[in-house]
Order: sequence, then C-alpha cells, then structure tokens
Amino acid sequence: MASDAGQQHPLGIYYKVWGLLFVVSLFSYLVDYFQVEGAMRWTLVLIFMVIKAGFIIAIFMHVVWERMALVFTILGPPVVLLLLIGFMAVEGNYTEEARFTYMGHDRDAVALTPSDLHGGGHGEEEAH
Amino acid sequence: MSEAAVADKAAHGMKGMVDDWSADKQAYHVPWGKAMMWLFLVSDTFIFTCFLVGYLNVRMTTTDPWPLQSEIFALSFGGDPIPLILIAIMTFVLITSSGTMAMAVNYGYRKDKNTTFWLICATALFGAMFVGMQVFEWSKLIFDEGVRPWGNPFGAAQFGSIFFMVTGFHGLHVSIGVIYLLWVALRVKRGYYDDKGYEIVEIAGLYWHFVDLVWVFIFAFFYLL
Repeated sequence: MASDAGQQHPLGIYYKVWGLLFVVSLFSYLVDYFQVEGAMRWTLVLIFMVIKAGFIIAIFMHVVWERMALVFTILGPPVVLLLLIGFMAVEGNYTEEARFTYMGHDRDAVALTPSDLHGGGHGEEEAH
Repeated sequence: MSEAAVADKAAHGMKGMVDDWSADKQAYHVPWGKAMMWLFLVSDTFIFTCFLVGYLNVRMTTTDPWPLQSEIFALSFGGDPIPLILIAIMTFVLITSSGTMAMAVNYGYRKDKNTTFWLICATALFGAMFVGMQVFEWSKLIFDEGVRPWGNPFGAAQFGSIFFMVTGFHGLHVSIGVIYLLWVALRVKRGYYDDKGYEIVEIAGLYWHFVDLVWVFIFAFFYLL
C-alpha cells in the first residue's frame, strides 16, 4: 500500500472512522449519563475505550498500512507496561487491605459532592 | 533504486519483518522524520502510562472515598446540572480536530496547499478551544470548589494531584501541538514543502492523533471509571 507518495487513502474511510468515533464517544458518555454501575460500567467503558483507541491507531495513524518492522517497534515495547499495571494493581490491593485491616481506616466512608457543599443547583453564576 | 521501490519489492508480513531487521540495511522504509516521531510517541506512551499507573495505585490504596467525577464535572446551562457535560464536549471537540487533521494529511499529499492550510488551521482552532475549556475547568475547580494538589473538600486528597498532573500534562501536549500545527500550516501556505514533500503534514498528524489517543484513556480512566 505504501508508495513513494506516502500514506494516501480514500477520504471515505476517514469519514467512516470519524463518525464511528463520535458514536462510540457518545455511548461512553451515555454510560455515565444513565449511571450504569459496577461490572457493567467497567465492561462498557473499557470496550468503548479499546474501540476508539484501536481505530485512531489503525486508521488515523495509518498503522494498519505500515510495514510490520515499524508496527512491532510501535506496539511491542508498550506491552511490557501491562506487567507494570499488573504489579501495581496487586500491590495497591494489598496496601489498601492492610490499611483497612491493621490501621483502622473506615471502609464505609462516602465522598461529598458539590451540591452537598453549596446546597442545591450550584455554580450557575460562575458558569455563565 | 529509491527506498520506496525497495520496500515495494521486499517481502511482506512476518518474513518482511525478519528481512528488514536481519539484513545490514535500513530497517524502516519511511521518512526519517516519521520514524523519529514514532519513537518519540512510544516514549511519550511510557510517560503517560506511568502517570496513569500512579493514578491506579493511588486510587486503589487510598482509603478515603474517591470524589464523584460525574458530579464534580457537571455543568448547568440554566437548569439542573448535566453530569460530566463539559468533559463530553471537550471529547467531541478533540475528535473533531482529529478528523480535520486526517483530512489535512490527505489533502497535503494531493499538494492542495490551500485546503491543507485551512484544514490544519481548523485543527489548531479546535485544539485551542479544547485548551480554553480546560482553563475554564481548572479555574472552576480551583476557585469555586477549592480543589488543590494537596487536598479538596470532596474526598481523597490525591484526586487533586492526579487531576492537575494528568490533565495538565495532556493540556501542555495540546498547547504545544497547536503551536506546532500553526507553524506547519504557515510553511504549507508558503510552499516550503513543494520540493521536500508533504510527509511533514502526516508527521504532525501523528503527534496530533496521539494527543487525541491519550485523551481516550484519560476520559475512560479518570472521568468515567
């Protein structure tokens, strides 16, 4: 595919991916809007995230049309980051549990929201 | 024989990769600027991942409740606050800019200088809009809500430090990208790339799409989860 004219592809595919990114972003916003919680929230948000990231990398950044030598250089090294994420998740889990179990931290603490602090419909005067 | 002609004759797929790396010759059949941009982006991936992994660890270990992003980033247009609406608009602005950038790359290779110029300018404009909204978001959190890097009235103190560090570093990337794009746009208009070739638009585009890509992850992990 790659010729000496560089990465040149029909505009149609860009329009399609562009539209898709809008739709998928809307979906991930709706997950929050309709307050989907728990495992379903994680699943949906992560699926939409992977779809968006995949299409940006593959089409907009042309990786799907690059030669494999470059593709592996780009996608190979970040794979080790999965190891870092795994290690830190295990470590984080342990630390949190230790703080609950041995340091008496409160398991049932609840976060405050802007409306708790300022009363009902807040912030309109600054928002305009 | 030109580099591109060599690349066209060479084997593809796995065999192509082995050939490219095992022979005593150039491994990447792309302009050097593009290879260097990719290496920079890979290194930048590591930086942003370190930030997000730091966030993951801090969020897991803190026993204070994590502030509810949905409500903190809500915005009211006269009526009841709409949850997370500002961030949603910022996301759409950045995606729009990604689309105009992809088209700029396309028109650049057609040597349509005028269209390329305006498409890059549109991209930079959307980028500037994004940064403007981020300034609004920051000032709202700092002045109205009293969020600081060392604490906030809602819950876990780390919320502020993660917020300012991650969105700040991303905003810095967008700001630098806007300047970079305007610089490339001016040179396109002046015909600076007529002889050199229009790969530079694609290279600038790679940077811009990367900034959008990072936002995809920040949007998911920091704002939605």
